[in-house]
Amino acid sequence: MSHLLKYLGQGLAYALFAVVLGYFSTSPEYTHLPADSALVKLSFNHAAQRKKPCHERTDAELAKLAPNMRIRKDCPRERSDVVVELEMDGKQLYHVVLHPPGLSHDGAASIYRRLLVPAGTHRFTARLKDKEEGDFSFVREENITLAAGRVMVIDFKADVPGAPGFIFKN
Amino acid sequence: MRKYLQNLLLRLENVFNAPFGQALNPWYHLGAITFFLFWTVVVSGVYLYAFYRTGVEEAYQSVERLTHDQWYAGGVMRSLHRYASDGIVVTMLLHLLRNFITGRFHSFRWFSWVSGVLLVWLVYICGINGYWMVWDRLAQFIAVGTAEWFDWLPLFSQPLARNFLGQGDVNDRFFTLLSFAHITIPLVLLLFMWIHTKRMNNAETNPPLRLAVGTLLALLALSLIKPALSHAHADLALAPGVIRLDWFYLAPYPLLYIWSPGAVWALAGGITLLLLAVPWFLKPRMRPAVAEVHLDNCNGCSRCAEDCPYSAIVMRPRQDGRPYALQPVVDPNLCASCGICTGACPYSMPFRSNELVSGIELPDHALATLRVDVDHALAGLRGDVRVMVFGCDCAYDVRALQSEEVAALSLPCIGMLPPAFIDYVLRDTRVNGVMIAGCREGDCQYRLGIRWTKLRLARQRVPHLRRRVPLQRIECCWAGIQDGERARAALSALRARIAQLPQAAILEDDTREHEFKPGDKN
Repeated sequence: MSHLLKYLGQGLAYALFAVVLGYFSTSPEYTHLPADSALVKLSFNHAAQRKKPCHERTDAELAKLAPNMRIRKDCPRERSDVVVELEMDGKQLYHVVLHPPGLSHDGAASIYRRLLVPAGTHRFTARLKDKEEGDFSFVREENITLAAGRVMVIDFKADVPGAPGFIFKN
Repeated sequence: MRKYLQNLLLRLENVFNAPFGQALNPWYHLGAITFFLFWTVVVSGVYLYAFYRTGVEEAYQSVERLTHDQWYAGGVMRSLHRYASDGIVVTMLLHLLRNFITGRFHSFRWFSWVSGVLLVWLVYICGINGYWMVWDRLAQFIAVGTAEWFDWLPLFSQPLARNFLGQGDVNDRFFTLLSFAHITIPLVLLLFMWIHTKRMNNAETNPPLRLAVGTLLALLALSLIKPALSHAHADLALAPGVIRLDWFYLAPYPLLYIWSPGAVWALAGGITLLLLAVPWFLKPRMRPAVAEVHLDNCNGCSRCAEDCPYSAIVMRPRQDGRPYALQPVVDPNLCASCGICTGACPYSMPFRSNELVSGIELPDHALATLRVDVDHALAGLRGDVRVMVFGCDCAYDVRALQSEEVAALSLPCIGMLPPAFIDYVLRDTRVNGVMIAGCREGDCQYRLGIRWTKLRLARQRVPHLRRRVPLQRIECCWAGIQDGERARAALSALRARIAQLPQAAILEDDTREHEFKPGDKN
């Protein structure tokens, strides 16, 4: 093979290397979110009510305990499950029962869930139950207009003074 | 299956041999090119670091300024940084694939293979970490995707993805952490690269200069033609829609949403475990016997240890009471049974009239047997132009060249051939010429067999070929399994050449030379 052909061949090989790098470093494009969609992210951290309420120990009960364990208030550690429902336009979008983490099931339940929805105006209803008996403790309903590509975050805060419950951030 | 792939690979490499030649064929230097690309990334990265600012707004803006305001320097450096990083993935994965196809992963090579598999993870972590630093929509996509991926593991009390819910969730400190990680992780990567080559003597960590220059020019041209650009500034209130993904690093991310994070963990973990297990699952049933030291014929000169391609021989204080300081000790776990140590030993001298035992030998390929085989092969030769061919078991099978005028013997590696054997077969005009054949140059199965053979024949590395042996009667041919035509052409060329030379007194007078001095070094 002549020198010229050899150099041409080497140039071709380098060009092929560069073309492969150049093309696959940006192409083909990946569509993560379809053009007419929006994203709902349901995410919060919440410690549910205790399964059994705290009670005051009697003097007799206290006497049975070791001296260093004699605390008047007895609070069972285990917490209730957290039940969450999310509806969009009257249809259930998501339902989950979150078990409290930890060996004693006393931790705060966490959730992060992404839900792809069509862009536009929707009526969202979020419900949460964090105790053993009864109906949902927290409910929020709202009409929300989601622009295409928008991320709406549904958070939950139980410790907001005056208005504990769901927060819709759009 | 692997045999079929091996044939395919040899053909592909042969295509590259035509323009590059065997010595510069990039397929034979994939590991070294990866090292070179790493240093390119380091140098360009140091420049970028000088201008990079840590902060939610500053990170993006500083990269934009680099890209547009000083496109001729910062822009080129950014593109070079990006494309060299992508190049690392390409050459690294090809290096891994090539070693798998050629069966270079089991026995004494398991350590390099396993450390190489871990390197793949580190390279990906470095690359993905780098993409976060730009803090554009692509970075946002990767940050959220990575968090969602890790949240599948039951490791965290709160989902990591909660850190990327809204604009206020990411702060300037996060970018300080990212830039710290982008220094620390490459340092760990470098440490593992060092460990990866630790068991190799004379590891090739720099590609040939021409190959390095060619690669750098190709990357520079690409950087000028298609500069690396950012997406729009990250905005956590908006979900990234269409993304120009770097598929070299980020190909698994779409799978997080097409399949699930758990499936991607299963895929990544499964591939990793499979690769880690390969050296034990696909190892040959029988392993050839490892080299044995014969202290009676060893003066502790250290040449075997210096020439061993896998550092399987170490020199330890002498134990047998003979008046030498050191003796070689073979680590059977590291020995490749290539015999290169036998080729390096000054006691591998076929002219010895007593029992022929070298200082270090392969039990399955004793030097005495080799001498008997040589004598036997030469005894049957006829004709005027008689040639002895020494070949290599890993290369073209030289026994196919045998004829009435050509004798051929194959060794585990051509590096096992002591130069004195060339001298030996040419004495008394038993043959008129010698052909030395081995793997394709740059692709020696045992890495250093060809290199040491060439240096020994050029009289630049001990044991030298004696000066009385005329070099015009020796032909070297580096031919792979498929390169029969090349081997036959080399043999014809040698025979044509020696037919022109005088047939008597082949060996020249070299009374000044000695056969061996115990203290000889390179």
